[in-house]
Amino acid sequence: MSEAAAHAMEHTTTTGIDSRKVAIWTLIGSECLLFASLISTYLVYKGKSLVGPLPHTESQCMLHGKMQTCEQIFEIPLVTFGTAILLFSSFFVVMALNGAQSGNRKKLISWLALTVLCGLFFIGMQVYEFQHFYHKGLGYSTNLFSGTFYTLTGFHGSHVTAGVIWLSTLLVLAIKGKIPPAKALNLEIAALYWHFVDVVWIVIFPVVYLMR
Amino acid sequence: MDAQTTAHAGAHSHPSPALYLKVALILFVLTALEVAAYEAGRGGMGPGFQEIFGPIVVLLLLVLSAAKFALVAMFYMHLKQDSKLLSNLFVWPILLAASVIGALIVLLNYWRVVGAK
Repeated sequence: MSEAAAHAMEHTTTTGIDSRKVAIWTLIGSECLLFASLISTYLVYKGKSLVGPLPHTESQCMLHGKMQTCEQIFEIPLVTFGTAILLFSSFFVVMALNGAQSGNRKKLISWLALTVLCGLFFIGMQVYEFQHFYHKGLGYSTNLFSGTFYTLTGFHGSHVTAGVIWLSTLLVLAIKGKIPPAKALNLEIAALYWHFVDVVWIVIFPVVYLMR
Repeated sequence: MDAQTTAHAGAHSHPSPALYLKVALILFVLTALEVAAYEAGRGGMGPGFQEIFGPIVVLLLLVLSAAKFALVAMFYMHLKQDSKLLSNLFVWPILLAASVIGALIVLLNYWRVVGAK
C-alpha cells in the first residue's frame, strides 16, 4: 500500500469520504445558519434607524456633542476593491491546492502566500473602514444600522482572521516541506473554509453595501 | 470500488487551473456588473439608466450574487465533482437559512403593518 493510500485509509468513513471533509462541511452548514441569523437581523432593522449616520443617505447625527448633518457612510469603491481581492484569493487558494496535489512545492508556496496576503489586505480594509466610520460618528450603539452592521461584518471579519491564521500555519508547513501530495487534503479542508468565508461575503456585499 | 479508492478518486477529479482561471474571470465580471447595476440604479449613469434599472436593481443584485455563490460552490469548493452527501450538507442548511431570512422579513413587516393599523 502506498503512503497516499495509507493516509487516505486512516480517516475514511463507511461513506468512503474522509471524516475531516465531512466535519468541515458540517461546520460550514452550521455556519450558514449563523450568518443567516445575522443577515436577517440586519435586513429586519434596515431603514429603521432614528438618527444618523446612515449608509446611503445624508442624515442628522450627533457628532462631537452636537446635532449636525452627516454625509452617507459607505465608500463603495474601497469595498468593491476588497471584494475583488477576496474573490481572487479564492482562485489563489485553489491554485495552491493544485500545486500541493501535483507535488509542486514552489507553486504551492507562492499561491498560498498570495492568498494569505489577500486575506491580510481584506482585514486591513475592514479595520480602516471601521475606524473611518467611527470617526464619522458611527459607534457600535449609535443606531440600529450600526449595531447590526458592525455585528454582521465584524463576525465575517473574525472568520477571515481565523482563515488567515489557518492558512498561515499551512504556509509555514509548506515552506518546511511538510505538505506532500499525500497530505494535500489538509490544505483542501482549509481551502473549503476559506471559500465559505468568500461566499458569505458574496452575499454580504450586495445585501449590505449595494441594496439601498 | 473500495473506501480508499473512493477517497482518492475525489482528489484526482478536481478541475484544471485553466478552468479555475475562467471561473475567477467570470466572478470578476459579475462583481463589476453588480457595481454597475448599483450605479445605474442610484442614477450615477444618468436618469435614463435609473428609470430602467431603478425598479429591478434589487432583483439584479440577488441574481448576480446567487450566480457568484453557485460558481464558487460548484468549482472552487468542488461540489460538482465531490460526493452528493457533501452537497446535501451544504445545500439543505442554505435552503433553511434562506427560509429563515425570508420568514423573518415577512413576519416583521407583517407586524409593522398590523401595528400601524
